[in-house]
Amino acid sequence: MNANHTNGDVRIGFYICHCGHNIAGMVDCPAVAEYIGKLSGVVVSRDYKYMCSDPGQELIQQDIREHKLNRVVVASCSPLLHEHTFRNACATGELNPFYFQMVNVREHDSWVHTDRDEATAKAKSLAHAAVRRVRFHRALETTRVPIHPDVLVVGGGISGIHAAITVANAGKKVFLVEREPSIGGHMAQFDKTFPTLDCAACILTPKMSAVRSHENITLWTYSEIVKVEGYVGNYTVTVKRKPRYVNEELCVGCQECIKACVFKDGRFPDEFNVGLSKRKPIYIPFPQAVPQVVLIDPERCIQVKTGKCKQTCVEACADRHAIDFTQKEELIEIKVGNIIVATGFNLFDATRIPQYGYGLYPNVVTSIELERLVTSSGPTSGEVVLRDGRHPKSVGFILCVGSRDMKTNRWCSRTCCMHSMKLAQLVREHTGADVTVFYMDIRAPGKGCEEFYDKSLKEGIQFVRGRVAEVTDWALAPEEEGKLVIRVEDTLAGFVRRIPVDMIVLAVGMEPQADAQEVRRLFNMSCGSEGWFLEKHPKLAPVSTFTDGVFIAGCCQGPKDIPDSIAQAGAAAAEAMALIDKGYIEQEPNTAYINEEDCSGCKSCIPLCPYTAITFDEVKQKATINAALCKGCGTCVAACPSGSIKQNLFEDEEIFSEIEGVLA
Amino acid sequence: MKYSYFPGCSLKGLGRAYEESLLPVMRHLGVELNELEDWNCCGATAYMSVDEAKAGVLAARNLAIAEKTGPQDLLTPCSACYLVLNKTQHNITDFPDIRDTVHRALRSANLSYTGSTTVRHPLDILVHDIGLDVIKEKVVRPLKGLKVAPYYGCQVVRPYSTFDDAWNPTTMDRLLATLGAEVVHYPLKTKCCGGSLTGTVPEAGLRMTYILLKEAVRRGADVIATICPLCQFNLDAYHDQIDRRWGRTRIATVYFTQLMGLAFGFSPEQLGLKRNFIPMRALANETTTV
Repeated sequence: MNANHTNGDVRIGFYICHCGHNIAGMVDCPAVAEYIGKLSGVVVSRDYKYMCSDPGQELIQQDIREHKLNRVVVASCSPLLHEHTFRNACATGELNPFYFQMVNVREHDSWVHTDRDEATAKAKSLAHAAVRRVRFHRALETTRVPIHPDVLVVGGGISGIHAAITVANAGKKVFLVEREPSIGGHMAQFDKTFPTLDCAACILTPKMSAVRSHENITLWTYSEIVKVEGYVGNYTVTVKRKPRYVNEELCVGCQECIKACVFKDGRFPDEFNVGLSKRKPIYIPFPQAVPQVVLIDPERCIQVKTGKCKQTCVEACADRHAIDFTQKEELIEIKVGNIIVATGFNLFDATRIPQYGYGLYPNVVTSIELERLVTSSGPTSGEVVLRDGRHPKSVGFILCVGSRDMKTNRWCSRTCCMHSMKLAQLVREHTGADVTVFYMDIRAPGKGCEEFYDKSLKEGIQFVRGRVAEVTDWALAPEEEGKLVIRVEDTLAGFVRRIPVDMIVLAVGMEPQADAQEVRRLFNMSCGSEGWFLEKHPKLAPVSTFTDGVFIAGCCQGPKDIPDSIAQAGAAAAEAMALIDKGYIEQEPNTAYINEEDCSGCKSCIPLCPYTAITFDEVKQKATINAALCKGCGTCVAACPSGSIKQNLFEDEEIFSEIEGVLA
Repeated sequence: MKYSYFPGCSLKGLGRAYEESLLPVMRHLGVELNELEDWNCCGATAYMSVDEAKAGVLAARNLAIAEKTGPQDLLTPCSACYLVLNKTQHNITDFPDIRDTVHRALRSANLSYTGSTTVRHPLDILVHDIGLDVIKEKVVRPLKGLKVAPYYGCQVVRPYSTFDDAWNPTTMDRLLATLGAEVVHYPLKTKCCGGSLTGTVPEAGLRMTYILLKEAVRRGADVIATICPLCQFNLDAYHDQIDRRWGRTRIATVYFTQLMGLAFGFSPEQLGLKRNFIPMRALANETTTV
């Protein structure tokens, strides 16, 4: 290959960025600039401290003017970060932005190597490849595709609810899809919220009602997303609606059917009360559930399982005819432009730390179980009781159960210190019991949180610093008889202690949802090594993902409290609305096109296209590609037997000369 | 069923009651045991703390003999031996320098070791190879009414929990229940018995032993069942000193194989039960102390 294949005189400007010490610390940038400066066609070759800065960009524009550059190569960070920056700089300098090529000498070079000479040699090779390639670039234009204004919100916890309402209030249509039978998520299970001790239901229920009554929100509970196709602005999503065996339109939530069920009493663990109470096969998740529609548990209902029930529920429903045993799973396809994923978290399974005795000793409970016990609407109407009905005289809280632990989860779950102190205050208020909190560090950084810690101390809650070794029921002294004994090294006092209590509360941490990996694949997102969904940038793009038009909010991104979840939900809503109000998205011109002269009309490309972008022109007996539908996957390019399909930005000359450059 | 058998020093000395009960029980279940020819010290505690590589040589010689003569499943009843042989297996795999030392030493004794020997605990073999169903069929004198505290000690479950859970092992619990005994909840089942501290730092060691005994009594156990010669000795031999320090705390500690033998119909004499300092209370359907 040589420069004769290009149109006219090629004048290349090359720039290598120091990125402070990020690149210059491992790559000899002036040496790379000097090397590239000697290559044919290179008119200017410079190294500069921060190419992405305004002066850096102006440098490119000035060189375009003064040196009549018609090609620009920048060696710096990942194109994900700054390709658009430099393309814009070219465009401002009145050079078609597709005459620009970027080289990644940071993530692909300086950050991953430890030998300066070799890293510099690699930077030279990569830059050489780009300089060879850019000669063959052509002027291209981006195309604009309209954005579908509707938004899908996945997950109906507090984050999803807030995001949905925010978008809907701006006049956009929202689909809110929740897996469980009611929205509300974990927050609906809480009694009070820290640090203000305001009632969780009082602040959540109005938002839940707003979802139900909002004209712009379509709420589908007991539903899951099964398929996502398309791209930013134009997603096609398939929603699976599981059968409730109760018609949502007809049910008024009178709950007569529940009273009439052939099971006289609740028999099955109630999910909302984490098994502390029993429900019937026909039930409503909790009193404030939205929608106020009962549902039937197909695993428990005699009629669903055997078809041989008296169906007293149907009788009770009478003329309303809301109960419908013929309901089947339903698949609905919707079109949306943006997706906000707010799928939340799982609580750590305390049986994974057997030395804390959860599951073995009945009076070892988890924080969420205690939460249900202190709630006035809970199974004990707010009475904190032991399993035998007595009131505890002493309660121990063990923090960091499944958090900050090399054996289970390494991360801090961020909320358990505050959550435990809140529960500790409530337990003291409800029972007057002695409360001891066993902690490694108290982390109370939020607004009003340190003050809340002070309040806990003033209210007489004891704090013992030390990671609890074991919960046991073997007694050494008479006062330990019949108690649970916490064995712990008190690291402030400097000795090992045995502390007998009546009840132990395990502050279980947060974990990614069990199916986070499947959800990640569904929406084409990434997960960090710990399984939380990965944001596009930890500081600058905290609610974006690497897939345009897919945003994340709340605990699916990492543990956080209610205020932070709300803040993220609002941010995700704003990001989605910014795209919608722009009205269009610009598409890379990396589409395939057919050189008609060479096409033999063999049609082998047509069935291969996943986007049905290729059709056959019967008159000309040639294939044609609809650029609006082409996503630039390159399948047809590779498959064409005559080589007559080409792809913008990935022309043969471009790729071959790039390879030659690397090997030069 | 056939296994190689590594008794170790304890089963020929202090813990001979373990061997005296293990051998007839295994024979009764149709298990053939080939005692390793010319076996030597497993390399336990003292050696291990001085030089792991050299202790590994001692252990590896036994592994090499088992590999050569077969069968390659090596029954190792003593907990200390079980731990040291397993640790040596890991050391040989994980640390090339230890592997080299061991191989060099074995070569000079005209031996070699490829690593194919599997160290097996009797509980593992009884529950997983033979099976509780087969054992149940052999029970002629169920241990009805006998409350047993199952005590595993530390070495069989830590750090290598090879055949049972490290925090809450249950193989012996299930085995004892199969014999008809009533297994009491014993949260100390994997706690330290005091080890050699009973001899070197008695204030600390005896206190640990005392806690184990006292808790078994508190839970209404008639007897403690153990799987380790050192545990058995510590729990059995210091009652006079413990009584002096903390008051009378009487409970017998026997090997689980002795309880199996009783259930299979063997006499206490045949099972070495007469060797205990603290004799075991009679079974409910017997009149004399065994």
